[in-house]
Order: sequence, then structure tokens, then C-alpha cells
Amino acid sequence: MTAVAVTVTALLAVAGGLTLIRIIRGPSILDRAVATDVMLAIIVAAIATEAAYTRDATALPVLVVLAVLGFVGSVSVARFAARRDAE
Amino acid sequence: MSLDAVLDVIAAACLLIGALLSLAAGVALVRFPDLLTRMHAAAKPQVLGLLLVLLGCALRLRTGVDITTLVLVGVFQLATAPVAAHMVGRAGYPHEYIRTDLLLTDELAAHLDKVAAGDQQDPAHA
Amino acid sequence: MTPAPPVDPPRPPLTRAARRRNRIIALTGLTSVWVLLWGTLSWANVISGLVVAIILLAVFPLPPVTFAGRIHPLPMLHFWLRFLQDLVIASIQIAWLALRPPGKPPFSAIIAVPLRVNTDLNLTLTAEALTLVPGSLILEADRTTGTLFVHVINLRSREEVEEFRREVYALEARIVAALGSPDELRRIRENPPSPLDLEGASR
Repeated sequence: MTAVAVTVTALLAVAGGLTLIRIIRGPSILDRAVATDVMLAIIVAAIATEAAYTRDATALPVLVVLAVLGFVGSVSVARFAARRDAE
Repeated sequence: MSLDAVLDVIAAACLLIGALLSLAAGVALVRFPDLLTRMHAAAKPQVLGLLLVLLGCALRLRTGVDITTLVLVGVFQLATAPVAAHMVGRAGYPHEYIRTDLLLTDELAAHLDKVAAGDQQDPAHA
Repeated sequence: MTPAPPVDPPRPPLTRAARRRNRIIALTGLTSVWVLLWGTLSWANVISGLVVAIILLAVFPLPPVTFAGRIHPLPMLHFWLRFLQDLVIASIQIAWLALRPPGKPPFSAIIAVPLRVNTDLNLTLTAEALTLVPGSLILEADRTTGTLFVHVINLRSREEVEEFRREVYALEARIVAALGSPDELRRIRENPPSPLDLEGASR
């Protein structure tokens, strides 16, 4: 299981780095919102992997919060972008 | 091989595939040409990848309370991801973020033109 | 923000019984979320969940959604199996698209699909199922005509555009088969998807 955990961590780390590139480069705020969503999904995967590896469920409620937070974040950015363009 | 070991192997496979999908999404985010195509890439770790990772986690933990939490995370994500994607896509559509040269057809533009023509008050983004 | 003027389509107002049924479904859903959050099924959890659900529904009432049909178990199972199959295939396709050697960027298309059953529920479920599968994405939904505007990635020709449109119709048919009323089922049967594009639009 340790080898699997290390591989998964490495894959997620590379994925997170690539996503970070898109967050920095943009070009629009919506691109960043989409990339942030992916980043959040990667974080969820990382926390779930950690919970699976240690068989310790302490961090699971964090996943619920992150799932809701990602939704609220994207929607507010989208609304903000839409409103700013309408003005 | 005991049942526990089998479940562990399946869980490990789920986690690995989920991580691979996340990696593919990361690559796609950097390589894809415009906002909408990148949104397709973002859907993978949020739907199939997340379901696999949660399944892997549930197979390792195997207790009722934890599985209900994981089910809840999955259901939230499935219910909310399309709504968020729709709102982002709608906010991004009538703008220059989209590479129209890579579109085979754009039937929404024709629809918007028709709506604008039939409407006295022009929508903001006509 | 909607490009179309906000005209409500002609929909019959809900009867008292239908409204009560909606409220009961919402109460059950919210209470089960609460119980799942706590993780244990006990009377205290169920009752406190019900109280929270009642307060929520009183403060934030749900928009009325007509649900005329009933759940058909076998078509429902068929819908879910096909959904999972589509999900896996599409995920692999998009992953390959991302990882393949450099070449021309993928073509995509925005197509209009006027659905045959124009109810809010059908429109929402079809849009959700389409968006959850990577490779297709809802950009806009027109409630008056029941039209979905879908962005599809990785298409090569006009023929593939039409093929995808037929797939959306097949998805709609599966959803209606799982949840529709007899009248809606009849409407699906009597209107086979035509290749004719109702918007009559090509760039």
C-alpha cells in the first residue's frame, strides 16, 4: 500500500503543479475559476488518499466542506464575471 | 488471498486511476486551447476521478459512518458540478475567450442573433 | 443574463396534491442528507433533521417543479448503467486527447438540441447528465422552447455533429423512460429524432 500511496501522491503533485500553471497564466478569471475547481478536486483526492492509507477517517468531514465550497466558489466567480460584463 | 486483501487491491487500483485522471486533467488544462475545452478537461477529476477515489477510500475504511460521509460527498459533487459548469460556461460564452476558429458550428450564436432581432431591448452582449 | 426574454412558458399551475407531494419529497431528501451527515440512524437524528428541513423549506421555498410521471425501476437501472458506461468511455477519450502527442488542437462544436419533452424536470436532468459526462457541456438552456445548447469537444465533421445530436435524443428518451408519465412516453415514441435542425443554423 505504501508504494501505491507514494505513486498517487506523486501523480497528484504533478497534476496540482500543472493546474497551478493554469491558475497563474489565466488568461481570464473564468479560466482561473475552472482551474481552481480542478485544484480542489485534487485536494479532495489527496485527503481521501491519506484517509485510505492510514485508515483514519478524521479528515472526511473536510471533504464534505470542500465539495460545497467548490460549488459556491465557482458560482460566485461566474456571477461576478457575468455581472461585470453586463455593466 | 483473504477478502481484506482483495478489497485493498481494488481500493489501490481505484486510487491510482483517480490520480491518473487528475493528472490527465492537469495536462489538459495546460494544453487545451480555450475556456470551454478546458472545462471538459476539468469534468474528469470532478466526476469519474472523484467517484473512484471515494470508492477506494470507502473500500479501505469499511465502516458505516465513514461510508455515509463519502456517499454524501459524491452526491453533492454530482449534483453541483453541472450547475457550476453551466454558470461558468454561460458567463464565458459571448466573449473572446473562445476560439471560434476551432468550432465546427455555433448554433447558439444564431439563436442569440434571432433573440436580439426579435427583441426591442438588446441583450447586453449582442 | 439570459439572452431570451424572461417569459414563463405556459405550464399548468400545480394542484394541491402535487404541491404536497413535492414538499414531502423535499422533506425526505433533506432529512436523509442530515442523517447521512451524522452517519447514524437514530430517532434523535431523524427528528432534528425533520425540524431543520421544515425550517429550511419555510424560509427558502423551492420553485414548483411538475413531476407527472413515476419511477420505473428497470429503465432507471438501464439509464444508470448507460450513464456509467458513457462516463468511463468519455473520460478515457478526453484523457487520451490531453495526453496524445502534439498535433492540431481538437475541433469542437456548439449545437442546439430542441428536446421533445419540454418540462423543467426533463430539461434539468438531461442537462445534468450531459454535463457530468466529460466531452459535452451545457452552455445555455432555453426554457420556452425546451432547447439545450451543448458544447461538444473532439468532433471531426458535420456527420459527427448530427450523430451527437442523436445521442442526446437517446439520452432524453432514456430519462423519460425512467421517470416520465405515459403522455411523455407517447410523445417520445411518436416523435423520432429527425435530422432536421429546427434552429436552421450553420455558421
